[in-house]
Amino acid sequence: MNGFPAFLRRLRALTRKEFAQLLRDNSSILMGVVLPLALIFIIGYGMSLDVDRVPTAVVLAEDSPTTRSAASFTVGSRYFSPVYVHSLPEAEVLMRQHAVNVIVHFPPDFSAKLARGEGTVQVLLNGEEATTAMSAQAYVQAAVLTWAASQGAARAGLGQASVVPRVWFNDANTSSWFFVPGILMLVLTISGVFLTAMVMAREWERGTFESLFVTPVRIFEVILAKVIPYFTVAIVGMGLCLVAGRLCYDLPMRGSLWLILGESMLYLIIALSMGLVISALTKNQYLACQVALLVSFLPTVMLSGFLFDLHSQPQAIQVISHFLPTTYYLELMKSLFLAGNYWPLIAEDTAILLGYAGFFIWLAFYLTRKKVA
Amino acid sequence: MQTLTGWRLIWQHLLFLAHKELLALVKDPRMKFMLIMPPIIQGLIFGYAANYNLDEVPYALVDSSHSAASRDLIAHMDASPSFRRVATLGNVQEVSDYVDSGEIIMAVVIPEDFASKLERGETAPVQVLADGRNSSIAGIASGYVNAVVAQWNLDRAGGRSALSVETRTWYNPNQLTRWNFLPGLIGMISFVQVILLGGMSVAKEREEGTFDQLLVTPLTQTEILLGKAIPPILVGLFQSTALFLIALLWFRVPFQGSLGLLYLSLLLFAVSATGIGLSISSLARNMQQVLVYVLVFLMPMVLLSGIATPVANMPEALQIITYIDPMRFALDAIRRIYAEGASFMEIWPDFVPMLAIAAVTLPLAGWLFRRHAA
Amino acid sequence: MATDEAVIEVHGLTKAFYPKGLCKVVALDHVDLRVARGELTALVGPDGAGKTTLMRLVTGLMAPTAGTLTVVGYDVRQQAQAVQDRLSYMPQKFGLYEDLTVQENMNLYADLHGVPRAERTGRFNHLLSMMGLERFTGRLAGKLSGGMKQKLGLACTLVRSPDLLLLDEPTVGVDPLSRRELWTVLQQLVGEEHLSVFVSTAYMDEAARCQQVYVLNQGRMLAHDTPAGLTRRAQGLCYRVAPPKGVATRVLQSALLDDPAVQDAVPVGGQVHFITSVPDGRVGLLTRHGLTAQPAEARLEDAFMLLLHADQNGAANGRGETTLRGKAVGEDASNTSAAAAEQLAPVPAGEGDQVDIEVRDLVKKFGDFTAVAHTSFQVHRGEVFGLLGPNGAGKTTTFRMLCGLLPATSGQLSVAGVDLRKARTQARAHIGYVAQKFSLYEKLTVYENLCFFGGIYGLPRQQLAARIEAVMQEFQLTSRRDQPAISLPGGYKQRLAMAAALLHKPRILFLDEPTSGIDPLARRTFWQQITRLAAQGTTIIITTHFMDEAEYCDRMMIQDHGELLVLGRPSDIRRRMHLPDADMNEIFIAIVEQSREEGAKT
Repeated sequence: MNGFPAFLRRLRALTRKEFAQLLRDNSSILMGVVLPLALIFIIGYGMSLDVDRVPTAVVLAEDSPTTRSAASFTVGSRYFSPVYVHSLPEAEVLMRQHAVNVIVHFPPDFSAKLARGEGTVQVLLNGEEATTAMSAQAYVQAAVLTWAASQGAARAGLGQASVVPRVWFNDANTSSWFFVPGILMLVLTISGVFLTAMVMAREWERGTFESLFVTPVRIFEVILAKVIPYFTVAIVGMGLCLVAGRLCYDLPMRGSLWLILGESMLYLIIALSMGLVISALTKNQYLACQVALLVSFLPTVMLSGFLFDLHSQPQAIQVISHFLPTTYYLELMKSLFLAGNYWPLIAEDTAILLGYAGFFIWLAFYLTRKKVA
Repeated sequence: MQTLTGWRLIWQHLLFLAHKELLALVKDPRMKFMLIMPPIIQGLIFGYAANYNLDEVPYALVDSSHSAASRDLIAHMDASPSFRRVATLGNVQEVSDYVDSGEIIMAVVIPEDFASKLERGETAPVQVLADGRNSSIAGIASGYVNAVVAQWNLDRAGGRSALSVETRTWYNPNQLTRWNFLPGLIGMISFVQVILLGGMSVAKEREEGTFDQLLVTPLTQTEILLGKAIPPILVGLFQSTALFLIALLWFRVPFQGSLGLLYLSLLLFAVSATGIGLSISSLARNMQQVLVYVLVFLMPMVLLSGIATPVANMPEALQIITYIDPMRFALDAIRRIYAEGASFMEIWPDFVPMLAIAAVTLPLAGWLFRRHAA
Repeated sequence: MATDEAVIEVHGLTKAFYPKGLCKVVALDHVDLRVARGELTALVGPDGAGKTTLMRLVTGLMAPTAGTLTVVGYDVRQQAQAVQDRLSYMPQKFGLYEDLTVQENMNLYADLHGVPRAERTGRFNHLLSMMGLERFTGRLAGKLSGGMKQKLGLACTLVRSPDLLLLDEPTVGVDPLSRRELWTVLQQLVGEEHLSVFVSTAYMDEAARCQQVYVLNQGRMLAHDTPAGLTRRAQGLCYRVAPPKGVATRVLQSALLDDPAVQDAVPVGGQVHFITSVPDGRVGLLTRHGLTAQPAEARLEDAFMLLLHADQNGAANGRGETTLRGKAVGEDASNTSAAAAEQLAPVPAGEGDQVDIEVRDLVKKFGDFTAVAHTSFQVHRGEVFGLLGPNGAGKTTTFRMLCGLLPATSGQLSVAGVDLRKARTQARAHIGYVAQKFSLYEKLTVYENLCFFGGIYGLPRQQLAARIEAVMQEFQLTSRRDQPAISLPGGYKQRLAMAAALLHKPRILFLDEPTSGIDPLARRTFWQQITRLAAQGTTIIITTHFMDEAEYCDRMMIQDHGELLVLGRPSDIRRRMHLPDADMNEIFIAIVEQSREEGAKT
């Protein structure tokens, strides 16, 4: 009647109940399965910061062999999708209409000035997509200068330096590889924090806990039984993302798969405990959702380095970021997927995540009591 | 009893309904907090966080050449504000530790034969190793190195003045991503709020049992629906205004356009979003479902709108899907009004799809409402 | 089993709450209580007396502020889990999982309580057949009717035989038939398994079935005794009087309530049952009208009402303030137009007068399930019409169709002379509606709520302000004008709901179980208001689970399984059933049972 067998029996009964409820409510499936797949598809295929085929207007005000040679870098480049016009106003109209984002302007007296050593090329960029503008600027600049240098070098018989770029960890150099680890984190956060906070708050709100508490059931069992199904849902969602990432985007897994799974579970435990803490504090579905949105979801997207690299952020934001467990998890995932098992980083981040897990589990149990308000 | 009739009655109905809805929102302190604080916090945090700009790319240098030429190139690198040398290493093997730990995102390797190749008049490669875990940063960083090296080549070849590249960036002279992101946020915040509040409106009344009381009054279903649509739109506009002020006054992003046109776009956008919100509300049985539906709808819509990454970078098929996303067009309109000062004639094409979406979703909401709510 | 052994031992129990921004609220004030093993002990008291708080303290779901609390031999403060292992508790709103089936709900609780599989089948079958749920094991709990949910809650609570069974108002919202069945089950179990039961209830006939009764009011224990002992307190103070010909019982009852010498008055069996300390019941009002009262048997309810009155008047005098409840105190007295009631005006004869509601051959089907079958009736102007029936009988469906909340499958339905099938919105302008659960906007103040509904009913501005003032006066809400509805006490919420429904002076007022969850004193006031409204010509349609309230109706109809069983005046129905002296509870049960037997035969 007592001890471990009783514990197992009660846990099994409660878990079975949770699964039955989960399966009868399509919204959990929607959130646990459909949303992850939608995200991996949209983010994986759609979200790209890689700049290619930038619509560009090349103004050849002076139709001379020199200008054509100087502008030759735009021909056949995967980087630009050029249109050639003969006056600047023409190009500016195109830019205003958003038909082009870049204007490379070779002025009418380009060759004459160049011969005098005073040549200028004007580059006009549409700053409304600043990232595109930045890359395009650097690219045009390098291309034009390299052309000029090679002209000079040829005359002087000099050699010149060239840049051979090699991208580490992301041979294909695509955003998808960079985003997929982030999607895993997003899926775990949504299933973990949101679903758990909501289903727990629902029981508080509907008063079902009152009858449940006055039974031999221990609070530990109630919490564990809540966690198990949503843990499963989150892992399934993550598994789907992993498979999709592998099949659709050839995502490499340079680190150990076991480590990826293990660390994800660790992070999931943190997310679930955060969900429990939120529900225990709010005891109200609507509020729980809003709080979850504010403290977990938005920071996860915006501050963890998922969308915006932490290197380029102001100090204060970086400090805030380093208070979020997601930052460490994401760092770890990117490293495990794209780089491999780098033990010092793994050890450090795992220790931090374990610390967070311990804290949130303790807080969840501390706040969830067999008491009614 | 003497009562109002005709248009005056309808007007009174809408007025009282909207007034009641707003009162109920404002009366709840927690709700009030949730309406005011998130836009401000989001505006500030995202304003700072939404930053792709690289001021100082941390990099490591491996100079195996140890020649006058390589030292000269390094001096060029050091003079550029875009780079910050974190380490100077003896060989390439050491680089990986720095990259793995995330200390650097790029390494510049100058090979042993650099100087000799140059002297022989050959092309001397400089290797740039970039951390691809963040591909956009890596791409931009190696672009910068390209430009520095090209300038160095030119300087060596024919003196500084041989050719210069003048750059001018329209609408955003310093190429700050924040300038793109904040106007986008003005639209997004009201989108989220309108859909969420609209989605909640009917479900909340149903859950609290006040809905039947409303249904036995002489209100028609259309009136109830319209009355429910007004407050989310007002709240959305209010939050947009808050963000607009943050962008303008705190982050000092200059506003170029006409306020009237900005609010016209926001209003059209809110109307098209309300249809979506109310449809969700009529479908969902309880608030939990509303939240799930809203989240499942909202995330793809926001991601596809182009707020985080340009729509132009998406594959063709996805770009077609974005045509049913009102936020895509609203975002375009708002950004262009904000940054370019675009006129009505320039952005009216953005209004057409928004109106079309509203023309579909609002009647749909009405139909769903009649079928499921009453 | 030794009956002197106590399963609950409570001394000096105090519980105070400290709501945010408000001053402290003492829910329980030095309460002493003892529940003996193997007995049924009842806890009665008006709404908000502290019954649920006491129950929750006993279960260990709340921590007491002061006092000792020993349950099944354990100190609850120290060993809450040990107590929870041994008792079974059914909260007022039992936490059934609505998306689980009946069987799954029972399995869950059996597993949690560790009921061995071998014992389970037998016990489940026994419980299910007792509750009449055996046909529904595969149905989702959310799809059961209110009464069936309540029974399932009890079944889940009883999956094992506990050391102590705690029931918190187990029969709220349950029809008389199901109530009786529930109590039969309970008494059967007490007999079979020597259960110790502690039950709180609002029904005196239920308390009368217990061995001990505790009376709680405003956190203080007023009395405890056996039911007979308590009843004796009212012995010799109870009388009955029949109204003069042509006068509705409720009119006489209402007038009697206004008499300062009368402690309580209710209509029973066509007569008015009242309590007074005036010898031979010679109350001034009766003598003026030449009516003589006959002494009557005291009931437990009479004793209860006496205790409450004494407590409330004492409290009011002691603190020099007016209380919410209690007749003839402060605001309430000034407003009840005693003079008008004194006239004992004959009710205008219902039949033949203007018809306000006309229902012909009404049918409502959900899929292939017939919720309402071929029902026809009429309601006349100024009539109080009762809609009664067991849970799931179709009365809620009928009611919702009348209000235009639900379209009818077939049949004719006209309200205030408007065909509901053609002009629902138009008909709605003539009706007022008070929902079962308080359903005004809780965050808005009294004034804001009234303003909203007035505006929706199309009152022009100036008229709106005047009407709001008028209804606030009428329902004594003026002093609470700017209080948010959520903070109003139960009785005031009820009044606000009524005020909102009457703003536009509707011809017809729909009341859906308006008195469930409000205490007996507030119910008396409520019925006085109904009496006054009816006298002014408002037609009133009401559903209720308190069968004694059927006595207030001019006419009533009883439905079961969607069929109309009887329709007529209470006195006619009584005569037809050959039960001239029975109370409405008995008559109701007799009618429903008779029809079910006939149904079984055919």
